[in-house]
Amino acid sequence: MQYGGKIVIGLVIFVGLLLLPTVYDLGAGSAGYKQPKLQMPAPPNDKNCVEDTEWMRKNHMQLLNDWRDWVVRDGKTVYVNSHGEEFEISLQNTCMKCHNDKEQFCDKCHETAEVTPYCWDCHLAPKGAK
Amino acid sequence: MNAFYSLIFVFALVLIALFGVGAAHLSYFFGVILPLAAVIVFIVGIVLKVLGWGKSAVPFRIPTTGGQQQSLDWIKQNKWDNPSTASQTFIRMVFEVLFFRSLFRNTSVSLRNEDGVPVVAYSSAKWLWLFALMFHYSFLIIVLRHLRLFMDPVPFFVPVLDFMDGILQIGAPRLYMSDLLIVVGLSFLLLRRLVVPIFRYISNAADYFPLLLILGIALSGIYMRYFGKVDVIAIKELTMGLVTLSPKVPAGIDASFYVHIALVSTLLIYFPFSKLMHMGGVFLSPTRNMPNNTRIVHHENPWNPDVKPHSYEAYEDDFREHMIEAGLPVEKQA
Repeated sequence: MQYGGKIVIGLVIFVGLLLLPTVYDLGAGSAGYKQPKLQMPAPPNDKNCVEDTEWMRKNHMQLLNDWRDWVVRDGKTVYVNSHGEEFEISLQNTCMKCHNDKEQFCDKCHETAEVTPYCWDCHLAPKGAK
Repeated sequence: MNAFYSLIFVFALVLIALFGVGAAHLSYFFGVILPLAAVIVFIVGIVLKVLGWGKSAVPFRIPTTGGQQQSLDWIKQNKWDNPSTASQTFIRMVFEVLFFRSLFRNTSVSLRNEDGVPVVAYSSAKWLWLFALMFHYSFLIIVLRHLRLFMDPVPFFVPVLDFMDGILQIGAPRLYMSDLLIVVGLSFLLLRRLVVPIFRYISNAADYFPLLLILGIALSGIYMRYFGKVDVIAIKELTMGLVTLSPKVPAGIDASFYVHIALVSTLLIYFPFSKLMHMGGVFLSPTRNMPNNTRIVHHENPWNPDVKPHSYEAYEDDFREHMIEAGLPVEKQA
């Protein structure tokens, strides 16, 4: 093989880069990675979350974005959920009534999924904010 | 028809994944076995392919270059287009790999009649370069962003990419520019083959299929992020299981994810056997990676047999007695 040394070095770099995540994870002790456990505070009233947990896991960012537009731009302040229940559209007064710990709730998933929402650029964060 | 067959095939892959997970409950196959097998085929296939290339004959330097070669001192050499040393060649390769310089030099030929006289004209054609660059860099950024699902804790460069890519702050989840640009880039590359008759004539299924497949991957990813919505944390548990080789399939993962990962696995399996191997091949381009030093360095054909020099004196020493016996003249008597 001609220029075999250079070709093999190139292949070693290529395979090394592909295996890097595996080495990194095993080195960081992330084998057996599990979904973060969220602190679910008991709701102060009888009400459940505005929507079902499974739905919220996937769609909460969309809901928050819609809520902002409805309140700030359209002046609509009441949200009717899929079960027909009514909620006040407010991050501070509705969401954070129960989910009152950013570090133990929001950040848990956002950190592991590397999501950096800009909620707290304007909103006052619940306790646990930096 | 080639494009049509390719489209049908990509649709078939989507349907296989949809029904495989939805109806046949093969989520372990599509979520674990197929991706792991695909990665193995990808790595082993590429290594074997490149080693095979490495064993083939290396040609004499081919100075098909677009610049003045090294000559007399007072003639200015174009060092990056016609390099004569290894470091200059390295810079040419950097331009080739990172900026697609060969595509940038693309020209289009037009033939027209002016008063019965045919006139040939060459003009610059940069569209292919522009959209190819757009597609490749979007793809790179998207792949690097995906490391958030494969590394924990997430490495430092992912948040930087994430911030820059979503800096427009449109919607929630934020719109990634790379998502838009990869679709624009791929659409151009596809339409170019479909619309321009010359390209359509020379396009095979192997040209359409990778474009449609990657478009399918991009669109399924876009669907998951912006429209269908999936449980990202559950998916991270699956992908972390894959990368740390302790696979598991958590509950609550949508079918759209399995479609996405089935298409990606198809791409990985298809990769080593297709034109996509230009990823490795670009580094072994003989017209790009060899300095034009044929007048400076003596080139010896590397597969010449090892023939030792045999002077006439040595020849006569070997056969002197036989030569004298046969009556042949010798320079040195025994």
